[in-house]
Amino acid sequence: MSSFDVETIRKDFPILSTKVHDKPLVYLDNAATTQKPNSVIEIMNEYMHNHNANVHRGIHLLSEKSTEGYENARIKVANFFNASQPEEIIFTKGTTESINLVAHAWGRKFISEGDIIILSEMEHHSNLVPWQLLAKSVGAELKFVEMNEDTTLNLESLKELVSDKRAKLVALSYASNVLGNVNPVKEVIEISHSENIPVLLDGAQAAPHHKIDFAEIDCDFFACSAHKMLGPTGIGILYAKMELLEAMDPFLGGGEMILEVGLHESSYKEPPYKFEAGTPSYIEAIGFGAAIDYLKAVGMDSIHDHEANLSKYALGELKKLGDVEVYGPSEGRAGIISFNIGNAHPHDVAQLLDADGVAVRAGHHCAQPLMNWLKVSSTSRASFYLYNTESEVDVFVESLDKIKEMFN
Amino acid sequence: MNLDLLYREVILDHYKNPRNRGELESPTVKFDGHNPLCGDTVTLHIKTDGEKITDVKFQGDGCSISQASISMMTEKIKGLSTSEVKDLIENFRAMMKGEEDKEIDMGELEVLQGVKQFPARIKCALLGWDTLKQSLAVLDDRKI
Ligand SMILES: Cc1ncc(COP(=O)(O)O)c(C=O)c1O
Repeated sequence: MSSFDVETIRKDFPILSTKVHDKPLVYLDNAATTQKPNSVIEIMNEYMHNHNANVHRGIHLLSEKSTEGYENARIKVANFFNASQPEEIIFTKGTTESINLVAHAWGRKFISEGDIIILSEMEHHSNLVPWQLLAKSVGAELKFVEMNEDTTLNLESLKELVSDKRAKLVALSYASNVLGNVNPVKEVIEISHSENIPVLLDGAQAAPHHKIDFAEIDCDFFACSAHKMLGPTGIGILYAKMELLEAMDPFLGGGEMILEVGLHESSYKEPPYKFEAGTPSYIEAIGFGAAIDYLKAVGMDSIHDHEANLSKYALGELKKLGDVEVYGPSEGRAGIISFNIGNAHPHDVAQLLDADGVAVRAGHHCAQPLMNWLKVSSTSRASFYLYNTESEVDVFVESLDKIKEMFN
Repeated sequence: MNLDLLYREVILDHYKNPRNRGELESPTVKFDGHNPLCGDTVTLHIKTDGEKITDVKFQGDGCSISQASISMMTEKIKGLSTSEVKDLIENFRAMMKGEEDKEIDMGELEVLQGVKQFPARIKCALLGWDTLKQSLAVLDDRKI
């Protein structure tokens, strides 16, 4: 696949040719989860049909085969993000577990009473609640980088916060799941590193949509979920620099993560296995590997450009429609549009769009503090991916036009 | 799926022009309700004289179904006794569950019948009624 052809891409996703309420599905809820291409579905099937056995355990052929598939997936992820070694990639259940892993295994060891954890007000609950729990248990304090009027991150506010000697970590979303902001993470990391503060990036909404190079941005921790990037549910990663992983305590205890076990004490394996207790979701990891192959073949730059064009087109059409309030920055936005239309409530908007086959999300999007900041109780959100088209945007906007009439 | 059953004219009218919206100066009871799933909120202000509900107002924010249901509810209960209102609440809950109880004339509230075909929206229609039930329980507690 050298040139980007959305119609060819759509053929790879069986669900896209299904109907809902007798209307062709227009799936615009990609920030919640994405659809799966045949290659992902088939490889998972193939492993369940022919090669299933627990990883890192059996001395038999099947186990060797599934172990190889699992470890190859780790290598694919490491290469995709340009990590310096595959051992820096820990498979988890997803972004939420990855962040909790850091809060437990790193946080409890290196953050103590009176220390400060720096977040922003646009965080998804999964990059907020784990830090609240940690702060409560060790007596640390959370501080929040301010947002500018246009919802971009206020870097002056960050500079001030990191200059405090008690600041120990910056944890920030790479891209907001509500506003579509892509945060200037390289600058954030430079600023934080100038004060020797490590940075965790919640990459759940960034990894699916543009090229990310860990070596270039120099992040210390990075979390994302496969299901938001064409892969299956139940699998995601935590990336951390090797020296951090080596210094961290284990997260969960159990099989796979130990070297030797006595009744009172045990020793642990090296990373990444130290952090992968129990039977991992190896079939899902293999599916994730296939998703990455797919994204690579299409090309992350093409995906990014396609979404940027769709976003621009949709914003133009919404503007023409009138009476639509769009939240988020005017520039540097990913394929996410949060909006309200007239005085129609998002719950009604989503229900009425659904009747026309259009799937969007309505609600607070797991970001209640951000809703408070925006002074709204909820929004509707359309989010695009590589398989969406301008004609789908047209269906969406036509449906909104009817809704606008109805609530006028 | 017939959305016309859900979005009836009357419902949209109550959503766009809510009745009894606002607050009471010195309510006998004031109670907050909210639906954590979709973030809908309501605050009921109720004034009673003995057993009789003499005035009611509401504030809040939510979808057309929750807000219209509350607006219609306030119109219906004004002037009724608390025991009549309790029957009404039970009747409305039964209606949402698809159980018929013809004893009480629900009047305009009948248009909310359509909601029961959309299970995800039933909790929207019930928000005001659940909050009303809790408000009355507060009043009852005071008597003891
Ligand atoms: C920005 C962001 N962070 C974290 C998450 C949580 O991801 P998951 O539910 O896959 O753990 C999401 C997705 O809902 C998200 O959008």
